Amino acid sequence: MSDIAYSRTEMLPEREPPASEIGVLGWIRHNLFSTWLNAILTILSLALIYYVLAGIIPWVLSPTWSGTSLADCRDILAEAGREGHFSGACWGVIHDRWLQLIFGFYPAELYWRPIAAFLLLGVALAPVLFADKMPAKLLWFSALYPFLFPWLLWGGPIWGPVMALLGFVIGYAVFAAVNNAMSTLLGLILGVLAAAIWWLFLAGAAAEMLSGILPIGLEPVESRKFGGFMLSITIGVVAIACSLPLGIVLALGRQSDLLIVKYLSVGFIEFVRGVPLITLLFVASLLLNIFMPPGTDFDIILRVLIMVTLFASAYMAEVIRGGLAALPKGQYEGADSLGLNYWQAQRLIIMPQALKISIPGIVSTFIGVFKDTTLVSIIGLMDPLGLSNNIRADSAWNGIVWELYGFIAAVFFILCFSMSRYSMYLERKLQTGHR
Amino acid sequence: MTTLSDPPKEGFRLSMLLYDTRYRSGTIQVVALFCFMLLAAWLLNNTIQNLAALGKPIDFGFFSEPASYDINQRLLDYNSRDTHLRASFVGLLNTLVVAFLGCVTATVLGVVIGVLRLSPNWLVARLMTVYVEMFRNVPVLLWIVFIMAILIETLPSPRAFRGDDATASMMLGDSVAVTNRGVYIPEVLFSRSLGDLHLFGNSSLRFDVSLDLIAILIVLGAGLWVSRRIKHRADGIQEQTGTRPTTWYLRLGVVAVPLAILLIALGFHFGMPALKGFNFSGGTHLRNSLIALWLALSLYTAAFIAEIVRGGIMAISRGQTEAASALGLRPRRVMSLVILPQALRVIIPPLISNYLNLTKNSSLAIAVGYMDITGTLGGITMNQTGRELECVLLLMLVYLAISLTISAVMNWYNESVKLKER
Repeated sequence: MSDIAYSRTEMLPEREPPASEIGVLGWIRHNLFSTWLNAILTILSLALIYYVLAGIIPWVLSPTWSGTSLADCRDILAEAGREGHFSGACWGVIHDRWLQLIFGFYPAELYWRPIAAFLLLGVALAPVLFADKMPAKLLWFSALYPFLFPWLLWGGPIWGPVMALLGFVIGYAVFAAVNNAMSTLLGLILGVLAAAIWWLFLAGAAAEMLSGILPIGLEPVESRKFGGFMLSITIGVVAIACSLPLGIVLALGRQSDLLIVKYLSVGFIEFVRGVPLITLLFVASLLLNIFMPPGTDFDIILRVLIMVTLFASAYMAEVIRGGLAALPKGQYEGADSLGLNYWQAQRLIIMPQALKISIPGIVSTFIGVFKDTTLVSIIGLMDPLGLSNNIRADSAWNGIVWELYGFIAAVFFILCFSMSRYSMYLERKLQTGHR
Repeated sequence: MTTLSDPPKEGFRLSMLLYDTRYRSGTIQVVALFCFMLLAAWLLNNTIQNLAALGKPIDFGFFSEPASYDINQRLLDYNSRDTHLRASFVGLLNTLVVAFLGCVTATVLGVVIGVLRLSPNWLVARLMTVYVEMFRNVPVLLWIVFIMAILIETLPSPRAFRGDDATASMMLGDSVAVTNRGVYIPEVLFSRSLGDLHLFGNSSLRFDVSLDLIAILIVLGAGLWVSRRIKHRADGIQEQTGTRPTTWYLRLGVVAVPLAILLIALGFHFGMPALKGFNFSGGTHLRNSLIALWLALSLYTAAFIAEIVRGGIMAISRGQTEAASALGLRPRRVMSLVILPQALRVIIPPLISNYLNLTKNSSLAIAVGYMDITGTLGGITMNQTGRELECVLLLMLVYLAISLTISAVMNWYNESVKLKER
């Protein structure tokens, strides 16, 4: 039966796919010109890209770095033979004001302090962000950093932050002692109480006494000299760092079986999420002093920090609640069957998983908070936007739009975009599911 | 000989409040409530003391005093002799206007961009990614002031429209003028108007509703209802006989003809903006502040909505498309009958929160001088009267009410499209 003619007996040699299917040509055919509609869209997009780039690139490449005013920039451009409204950017404004855009009105001879603070911030964050690549010992520095950071920025005697730190030590000591002798709950309550008493009544006096004896410190800088990206990053970092633990507490409160705790959390979260941040900033700038004991007048940046933190923590709580809700019930039951108590279960089983699930949400909340720091310009703080109004009001730079806003937008873009990329990296690293 | 007996009944001891899980939750709650009440009492006490020291007891009487400031972009009639309450009311309407406009524009833009991001065309998908990243990673306030500055600095001034050597000209057949003072568009006028319906008499909340508008809405609604009846009838005939009668001209007619008759009867015409003196007059004037806010909020929120739409469509498994295609549905029917209804369930909850965000972000109007509720009640009224506590409190309550209303309405809608599980 082997002589049937219509059946081929040997393989044909392999042949290359047609040229229109492979390589650059094939890619273009499949991705850009697969149908008529796609072809039209491609050509439209190319035209748009050309139009935008042809407008932007010559404008950006403009020899005005040394311009001293807008008129001067125009002269430089006219000398180079470029006339018209969009003939070129006036980069002189950035050259002239970039230090101000970064540091605000911080004294120039003390610039090393914010620089050191933000470099050390990197050191403190490294063991948290890249836990697998950094020595764990560095975490001690991360724990101390929250006390170092305000001292470097605001200056003043060193004893204030030290005494504040001591409050935590005292609280923990009381907690540990009571926890061993009696119960965890009582220890928690007494520990918090002891720390609160220390901070409210004793720390101030102790700090004053010690700075009388040993005057070690940095030159103090007032809050109203803070400004620029330094202020944005300060508010952003503090709000982000404080809102995560607060948000976790609120989320747990909202999920709790204890009715009163639950409704207090729900009420807080829904209230804060229902009002715009700007009204909370109004509260910070106008009302917070009214809510405090008569005679208190605490710093405007501190007030803003408190309100922004509260605002961020409500959003954070909702994100984390989503993560908690996404956990299968079996995880809770598993923790119970191991005999873990509530806090152990949360710490060892629930939270690591819930936080992992909610990473994208957490990071987008972070980005949102950081972007929202620009709102402080409305209540008169000199963040980059507030400064840009100042600069635009200056007669030398009156009429500058694109360069200034473009610069600020670019810096925000870089910071926010790198945060979102980091979150993607983290998601990939912690990915334990099967794909 | 001893007999075994039940262990002795334990009496209640104080330490059980801490160690016994039956009582411990009660202890925690009491402590929490106690702390909360302590905090509230402390805050209230401080407030009362401080206000007494300032000599400003809480008093909402300022609402009936004349506002004596002007609001230039408004829906209702208002003049500077009106009360602060009316100013706040006008501001509230301005907030709602910009929120509504922004939500509609952002949804349209966001859906288009979200779908285009999934386009098989590589270039288009990349361009949309650039758009989304560009708008998501830059603060919305920056976009608002940026667009405002662009509008003021780069558009022609009304002067440029004048004379024989005019450097700028009106668009769309001399009906729209885009200037650095705002955009002038034709306004709708009726030469035989039915007049206005005055609600709430002469009080601060007086509200004029145009009877023409009501008449138009009624006729339009009736036309749409009849058109639906015709469609139902056509459906019925199709089910019985298998052939569908051609009804499109009937359906178009019942909507368009009565509406056209009504408009002619009312003497409908456009009032064109025209250059008079130093500025345009006639037509509707959309101020730069409104346009900047509207544009910036829409473009910014559209980036977020695009991501939500993309996520929603991607969440529907590919098998759904394939199954629908296997049944012989055309791609458009697949989208509208199979993919979108399912994707909507994923899309709607985050969409609600984006509408809420847009509404709350409209409070940034204060940065460009658009007189929304933050600009009136939380801005000039507060500065003039010095009643910070009352104004900020009311402002928060207003926004809270708006937020709760939006989320209630959208949740109701969400409930209606939700998967019905049995």
